[in-house]
Parts: sequence; structure tokens; C-alpha cells
Amino acid sequence: MSNQTRVCSNNDFFQLLERVKRKDQIALARAITLLENEPENALSIEELYASEVNSTSSYIVGFTGSPGAGKSTLVDSYVSMLRKTGAQVGIIAVDPSSPFTGGALLGDRIRMKRHFTDDGVFIRSMGSRGCVGGLNDAIFGVIMLYKLYGFDYIIVETVGAGQSEIDIVYVADTVVLVLSPGGGDEIQLMKAGIMEIADIFVINKADMDGSDLLKVNLEAVLKFSEQEKSIVLTVATSGKGVAELAEKIESHKFFLKDSGEIEARRLRRLRKHAETIITRRVRTLLDDEKDLNGKVSEFVERIVSKLCAS
Amino acid sequence: MEGKKIRVLIAKPGLDGHDRGAKVVARGLRDAGMEVIYTGLRQTPEEIVKSAIQEDVDIIGLSILSGAHMSVCKKVLELMDKYNFHVPIFVGGIIPPDDAEELMRMGIKAVFGPGTPIAEIVKKIEEVLGVKTNT
Repeated sequence: MSNQTRVCSNNDFFQLLERVKRKDQIALARAITLLENEPENALSIEELYASEVNSTSSYIVGFTGSPGAGKSTLVDSYVSMLRKTGAQVGIIAVDPSSPFTGGALLGDRIRMKRHFTDDGVFIRSMGSRGCVGGLNDAIFGVIMLYKLYGFDYIIVETVGAGQSEIDIVYVADTVVLVLSPGGGDEIQLMKAGIMEIADIFVINKADMDGSDLLKVNLEAVLKFSEQEKSIVLTVATSGKGVAELAEKIESHKFFLKDSGEIEARRLRRLRKHAETIITRRVRTLLDDEKDLNGKVSEFVERIVSKLCAS
Repeated sequence: MEGKKIRVLIAKPGLDGHDRGAKVVARGLRDAGMEVIYTGLRQTPEEIVKSAIQEDVDIIGLSILSGAHMSVCKKVLELMDKYNFHVPIFVGGIIPPDDAEELMRMGIKAVFGPGTPIAEIVKKIEEVLGVKTNT
């Protein structure tokens, strides 16, 4: 992992990248798998296609929110809206991997059935594979692949996020936080973490009791934020409010471009990507360190037995 | 958490609405350390193959209880040729023994009837793929 040759030795990967550039979906899917298995492959994309990747105008929209809030269904509706404009869309949907077996049930795709046979939409499900920020370390590389392919919009859906899974803020240009009624009182809305990272707030399931109160509470809380932030009410299953959401995303996009903020977000993404690569390398060094794991568990056992004895 | 994971697509082609078996298998394979993409009810062969391509799965599991297994499997295999994407397929459901044999001749790798233990399915998948899950 630590030496350059391992990153670049993968000839298959190079060939795949050429095919990705020619919009070959089989190659794109294979390349994503190679990235998932070895996230440092992203460095090869950077090395070979930096100009292509940096010059594309792919816009990255992140959807986050608690499990069952309706993120996937909302993405499905939003994508239909984008497809009407002819835009090509690449979706990355992350679901949690088991910390015990490493297995995962990836069930976001099931909400997006109507796009399965549309060649203008590419959907990829990913397991979080031990990453705790709501995404997966390979996400940065997959975004580069999507840019190389030339999607107009890249949509990243996080795992069902609680309060502190906020990595999407390092990835997306626009972050959409999906809330739904029944998620608690206004104190929940005042807490730090996920409430701070949203550019647009969606109250989904707006046909359910409690959505008006949630809106009032949210408006009160947002009065304190520096930037004006929009709240959109949606019913993702019927598509209600989704056109307004699409408009808000567009105006946020123009705001970012106009203010130059979009460049700051791009740099933030690159920095975070570099950090994840370094962190992984350090972790690998530690894993390679002889007996370290043995020593740690020995230490844990010593503390446990002391505590049990007292 | 590192390295290759077996990715499986579990899909339910056809018009019947009985997805309990597909869900049990999906859950069981998850517990065996695989990444399982579940696409739900009423999938067309085209939708299944396109999903398998985008998800770059190693193997596809089709759950069929409607009796349409011969035509569905034939169509899925044809589409794999059309798109030049080939991965092994296993079928679960109510499949008469003669049909099961015919399916295997067509290129389906395994047919599992009701009551098949999950462990047997896991073992067969590992055998077909020539790998061992890391659990």
C-alpha cells in the first residue's frame, strides 16, 4: 500500500479508465469495484486524467438524513426531474456494512426502479465497509470516475445518518438534509453536527402529521444561521415538492458559482481525500506492526480483569 | 473490512408477489459477509441485467415462484450475451426437477428448492466463484 508501484501496477485499471472515458458502463462498474477494494487506485486517476476530471462541470449533490426519512425515494424523484432536462446522472448510494461480518444489504436501488433501464442514469450501491462518517473511503475516487465518464449530476446518498455522520459535507457541492416528522422536538434541531452541514432542508413525508410543526421549529432554529437556508416540503412518493427542491438546488448551485464558494468546496473535497489516503496508510502501517493487535488486546484484558477484581 | 467482497444481486423477476424467500436468502448472504443488492419485486430481465452490470456483481440470484422460470432464465442469459456481461446465475423457488435439469443445461449454475439451508447456498456460491468469504 505504501509504495507507488502497487498503486500504478494495475494495468487493467488503466485500460478500464480509457473505456470509462468512452462512456462504457461495464468498465465504469468494474473500475468502481477496483476502487472499493483498493481506494488508493484513485491516485492513478488523478495522475492520468487530472485535467479531464478537473475540467468537467459535474455537479455533486449530497442527500443525507436518518434511516427511513425517504432519501432514496427523493433521489429517485429528483433524478426523474433532472432527466427531463436531458442531464446524465450518476448515483452513489451507500448503506451500512456489518461491523461483525463485513456483509451488507444494499437496498437503496429498490427505490429507483424506474431508472434501471435508462442509459442516462447509472446507479451504484456501496457498503460503508468500516467507515463511520456515513460514506466510504472509495467515494472520492468514484466521484473522479463519474467525472471522467462525464455525468452532469453526481448524486451521493449517505447511509441513514444520525447526528455525527457528516462526511458528506466534504464531498458534495450542495448538501440536502432530509428530515421527516416524528424525529423529535426542537432541541434535536438545535444540536450540533448534521444540522450544521445542510444547505437545503427537506421535510419529507409532508403529508403526515407533525410536518407543519417541524417546519415552524426548523424556521426558528435557522434564524440563527449566517446564510439563508431553504426549507422545502416534499412527499417523495408522489413527487410533490420535488420540482421546488430541484429549483432550490439550482439556485444554490448558481450561488456557489457566483460567490466562488464552489472552488472552496472543491479544495475541501481534495483535502479530505488526501487525508483519507494518509489515514489509511497509517492504519496499514499499524496493522503491519508486528504484535500490535496482540499487545492491544492484552492491554484491554489487563484493564478488564483489574476492573472485575475491584 | 478490506479487500474484495462477494457482491450478489438478488432479484425477483415475474409477476408473483412472494418475496419472503428472496429476503431470507438476501439476509443470509449478508450474514455470510457478502454485499447483497436487493432489487425487489417484479423485475424484468432487462432491469436485472442492467442492475447487475452497474453493480458489477459476481453472481446473480433469481427468485421465481410463478412458473415462468424457463422463459425468464432464457431471456436473462440472452441479455447477458447481448451486453457481453457474464456472471453465474443461481435460481431459487418452485422449480420442477425436470426443469431444474434443463436450466442447468442452459447454463444456470444451481437451483435451490424450498427449505434449502442458507449454508448450502453460501457454500455453492463460494464453490462457483472459487473463493472463500472472510468470515
